[in-house]
Amino acid sequence: MSDVSLVVNGKAVRGTVEDRTLLVQFLRENLGLTGTHVGCDTSQCGACVVHVDGKAVKSCTMLAAQASGSTVVTIEGLAEGSELHPVQAAFRDNHGLQCGFCTPGMIMAAVDMIGRHPAGLDEPTVRAELEGNICRCTGYHNIVKAILAASQTMAAGGGAASRAA
Amino acid sequence: MYSVSYQRAGTIAEAAKLLEAGDAAALSGGMTLIPAMKTRLSAPSTIVDLRHIPALKGIRATGRRVTIAAATTHAEVAASAEVKGVCPALCHLAAHIGDPHVRHMGTIGGSVANNDPAADYPAALLAMEATIVTNKRDIAADQFFKGLFETALEEGEIITAVTFEAPDQAGYAKFPNPASRYAMTGVFVARRSGQVRAAVTGAGDDGVFRSAEVETALSRSFDPAALQGVSVPAGNLMGDIHASPEYRANLIVVMAKRAVAQANG
Amino acid sequence: MGMEGVGARVTRKEDKRFITGLGRFVDDMVVPGMKHAVFVRSPHAHAGITSVDVTRAETMPGVIGVLTGRQLKADGIGNLICGWMIHSKDGTPMKMGAWSPLAVDRVRYVGDAVAVVVADTRAQARDAAEAVDIAYEEKDAVTSAVRALEPGAPQLHPEAENNLIFDWSLGDLAATDAAIARAAHVTRMHIVNNRLVPNAMEPRAALGHYNRAEDHTTCWTTSQNPHVARLVMSAFYNVAPENKLRVIAPDVGGGFGSKIFIYPEEVVCCWASKKTNVPVKWVADRTESFLTDAHGRDHVSEVEMAFDADNRIIGLKVDTIANFGAYMSLFSSSVPTYLYATLLSGQYDIPAIHANVRAVYTNTAPVDAYRGAGRPEATYLLERTMETAARELGVSPAELRRKNFITEFPHQTPVIMNYDAGDYAVSLDAAMNAADYQGFAARKAEAAARGKLRGIGMSSYIEACGIAPSAAVGSLGAGVGLWESAEVRVNAVGTIEVLTGSHSHGQGHETTFAQLVTQRLGVPLDSVSIVHGDTDKVQMGMGTYGSRSGAVGMSAISKALDKVEAKARKIAAHLMEADEGDIVIEDGALKVAGTDKSVPWFQLALAAYTAHNLPAGMEPGLKETAFYDPSNFTFPAGCYICEVEIDPDTGHTAIVQFVAADDFGNIINPMIVEGQVHGGIAQGVGQALLEGCHYDPASGQLLTASYMDYTMPRAGDVPSFQISTSNTPCPGNPLGMKGCGEAGAIGSPPAVINAITDAIGSNDLSMPATSERVWAALKAATRH
Repeated sequence: MSDVSLVVNGKAVRGTVEDRTLLVQFLRENLGLTGTHVGCDTSQCGACVVHVDGKAVKSCTMLAAQASGSTVVTIEGLAEGSELHPVQAAFRDNHGLQCGFCTPGMIMAAVDMIGRHPAGLDEPTVRAELEGNICRCTGYHNIVKAILAASQTMAAGGGAASRAA
Repeated sequence: MYSVSYQRAGTIAEAAKLLEAGDAAALSGGMTLIPAMKTRLSAPSTIVDLRHIPALKGIRATGRRVTIAAATTHAEVAASAEVKGVCPALCHLAAHIGDPHVRHMGTIGGSVANNDPAADYPAALLAMEATIVTNKRDIAADQFFKGLFETALEEGEIITAVTFEAPDQAGYAKFPNPASRYAMTGVFVARRSGQVRAAVTGAGDDGVFRSAEVETALSRSFDPAALQGVSVPAGNLMGDIHASPEYRANLIVVMAKRAVAQANG
Repeated sequence: MGMEGVGARVTRKEDKRFITGLGRFVDDMVVPGMKHAVFVRSPHAHAGITSVDVTRAETMPGVIGVLTGRQLKADGIGNLICGWMIHSKDGTPMKMGAWSPLAVDRVRYVGDAVAVVVADTRAQARDAAEAVDIAYEEKDAVTSAVRALEPGAPQLHPEAENNLIFDWSLGDLAATDAAIARAAHVTRMHIVNNRLVPNAMEPRAALGHYNRAEDHTTCWTTSQNPHVARLVMSAFYNVAPENKLRVIAPDVGGGFGSKIFIYPEEVVCCWASKKTNVPVKWVADRTESFLTDAHGRDHVSEVEMAFDADNRIIGLKVDTIANFGAYMSLFSSSVPTYLYATLLSGQYDIPAIHANVRAVYTNTAPVDAYRGAGRPEATYLLERTMETAARELGVSPAELRRKNFITEFPHQTPVIMNYDAGDYAVSLDAAMNAADYQGFAARKAEAAARGKLRGIGMSSYIEACGIAPSAAVGSLGAGVGLWESAEVRVNAVGTIEVLTGSHSHGQGHETTFAQLVTQRLGVPLDSVSIVHGDTDKVQMGMGTYGSRSGAVGMSAISKALDKVEAKARKIAAHLMEADEGDIVIEDGALKVAGTDKSVPWFQLALAAYTAHNLPAGMEPGLKETAFYDPSNFTFPAGCYICEVEIDPDTGHTAIVQFVAADDFGNIINPMIVEGQVHGGIAQGVGQALLEGCHYDPASGQLLTASYMDYTMPRAGDVPSFQISTSNTPCPGNPLGMKGCGEAGAIGSPPAVINAITDAIGSNDLSMPATSERVWAALKAATRH
């Protein structure tokens, strides 16, 4: 068994779990943060993307024990109270989601992507950067649109743009 | 995943000691090991996490000598100004491994130690005559890669760094497998004092290899045109549902041309 | 109510929970005492089971129970059925082999469930599943439907001689043969429609909870139609009587057809819960989804299209072999018959059509409806043949289509369908203009200068949605009616709940259905809630598939609203002492026309529920129910144009332009309609370029069992789409809607392949047109 301690969405949490417990299982089952999803077994679909120490990673491909000591942000921790993160708002405003299953991972990936491209994004870059996130509903059209829109909003200092991803 | 014991090492010595336990595996970024354990294809009894060992982090460039510590992530290599200064092709390669999330975790040491026949780094290391540094010795890339998932590493031996003298020119082009996005064929070309080495990943049925046909042609003239009409034998190439050996043979030449074009800027 | 009503581009009400991580999917459900199930599955494509030994597994840590097919049969759990009867042309009924939710003495595909382990954790259940000792006696397997029909092929079911489920036909054979005999030109094609795996991003899941105190079972399941699931599980599988079974389909992460069917796992979870006395949850991993979700398509067809000297189509003859997999899935038989052959007239006036379809068992996963279901197969076959015919005849593909378009409505085709309305030339022109079809030659030349091969291809599709008048489908063999139900409750303080039998798993019903209510009653969108997906809340419904929720589901809501309005007018007239005929509904109130008298909804609703002052004899309350049974299919149609650039060195195809011009009739929310089209096109592009399900023909092993080997379209594989709609209202339903959910997946594959074959100058190319296939086709073409 491993003792796992993390800061998740700003809150210190602890748990004792089997060593084989994945970070995504710890988040979903121990902490009840079910917004992070599992859509594949091969680390490809990206439904499980969270931020660990400020970087987007696949929480299905990391043990909870590996993450111990880290700071984790999940989809549940993105909005500030009732104020949506600009990427969340952009997904809604641009119809960047349909069934909503891949959405948390998409949004976490998008926040990370925008953060890594302070000079802005274009469509080919967004499409290439989405390599690790699969959506079956939207055909990506409106996801790409949403990310470009959010990138612009955040560059212009809109929403909670100044907030660190 | 089967039951496993997780151990976090603070130093290389501690990691080496932990790895002495029977059936232990080193865990770096985990981008290959964890999925393999999830599908129960890999079942170590203990995994030793190397990611928190300070000595395994960082990139050093002195002149054209580049040393990348083993637990350096693909994202860190891709973004490294030091590497870009002398060997931009390696940054390009690192920037196209997996996807952004994988690049945040996956490490050069893990990739090299795993020696997946479709991984990108082995092609670069072989073409650039890199040295793989372990806690026990230095191993030349020519002696290191031994076939599918096989390397010269001994039980419990830990890669600590990869080091190479940047070639005069280098380029990497890959044609990704449409599903897995691993290299279906990737070619790294490196030119040093007029000599050219071209290493191919993703295509060989025994892992990464050097293409004599490509090297001969490019040693004559380091130009894509030199590869016009060159053909590579399909005999020892992989065939699967994604690509036949013949198609991979074609891709080797096409990717070599593109790698040269990139090297020539 | 233009801002929020019908036609408005309203952002979705459901999005808030999804973008904040608060969606509630089956795997998110936690019930006290819940345990986890893992299925033990056959590693063989075809084998006899000689023994199942669970003794070692039962003693493993955390194990609560290990259950087998024999126990399931002993408890009277029924075999899974196909609910649509097809008769062969000789009059005999289809030959349905037995499909036990847990196999008893034989397995017929890799992934066939044999036993189930229930344990404290999923990992423990999986550990124990590996300890279940099953002795198999391997048999030869067959994965190709064509091969399965050959003499000497391995036989799957004793009920189906030569693996033939049915040999069915539609149309006039003599007339079609005569047309071909007298034709000036006949285009012949061998068409393969590739096997696909639906791949909704949420894997299937089920949670069965048997409550001993009430002798009642609740089943949470990833279903597109929870009421049908309850009906079938009660009536045929003996899970529990309907009044003792509640089925809940909460947020469902995509379906695309694959979640219509009732699978072994939900049946077993409910039974296992009763058996072990704990709630039992199962969640598929992705490989399990690949192995056991119903697959789509897998047709092999021979086509003959006959033209007269004026290039008019005079006959079409089709011979199709359809792979059904190892068992007949719930609606499998309808797909290559009444959802396929009936669409073979396309947008064209074809006087004689004959289709023969043979349905065949193989040692592969069951095949059933997948986005489009039958219509993509018909469209691909027709539109590939039309494009090929145009090339053979040396005429413009657009003009050959235009010449043969149906232009007068209603139009009776020779294959059952009666098209009610449409204007195909409008879509064709819109697509050609949007794509700058005239400018293609210049773009091709410019691409050639860059060393790229550019091609353009089109597809004029028609499909049939709503499915469909209950009496009509009943006469064709359907085991269910295909109406929809709705209940509109105006609550006592004026908020509104709409209960619908439709199920939203991405379609945005919570928004579009509310928009209709807003339009009709003049109330704000926020005051309307849509309730769906729970058999305890919604009395009955047929669910969401076949692009039916607008045309049929919303028509039911519209009918219920008619009744609500009628009663409200009576109450309003009574309260305001006015004539009922003078009451108008607008701006959230009932008003007396031409006066300033007005009763807001909340006041009217309160009056209805206090019942202090209602018209004499009127029942209290304001809640109405309606069932709507459509009078016909609806017929969305359109034209898609795809433009590609091929890299001749690698064969890689880039889609550089994709234009869609669709006619969906009236539209509730253009934003949502566009999203449906985008997603459909991406799936069609996936089928055309990337996705192919491969079994090893010798061993029957699934070679594409994860995303490492099955190519899902990624963002970089598709372009942004240019889409537009024209809207000839559907005369068949009160809202004039046709349906938009499947069109993209139906219309796009032939447009893509027509574009690639145009670019490479070779017609010898099958889906998916992978880089290697295109490269090989190019190489073969240059050699000739």
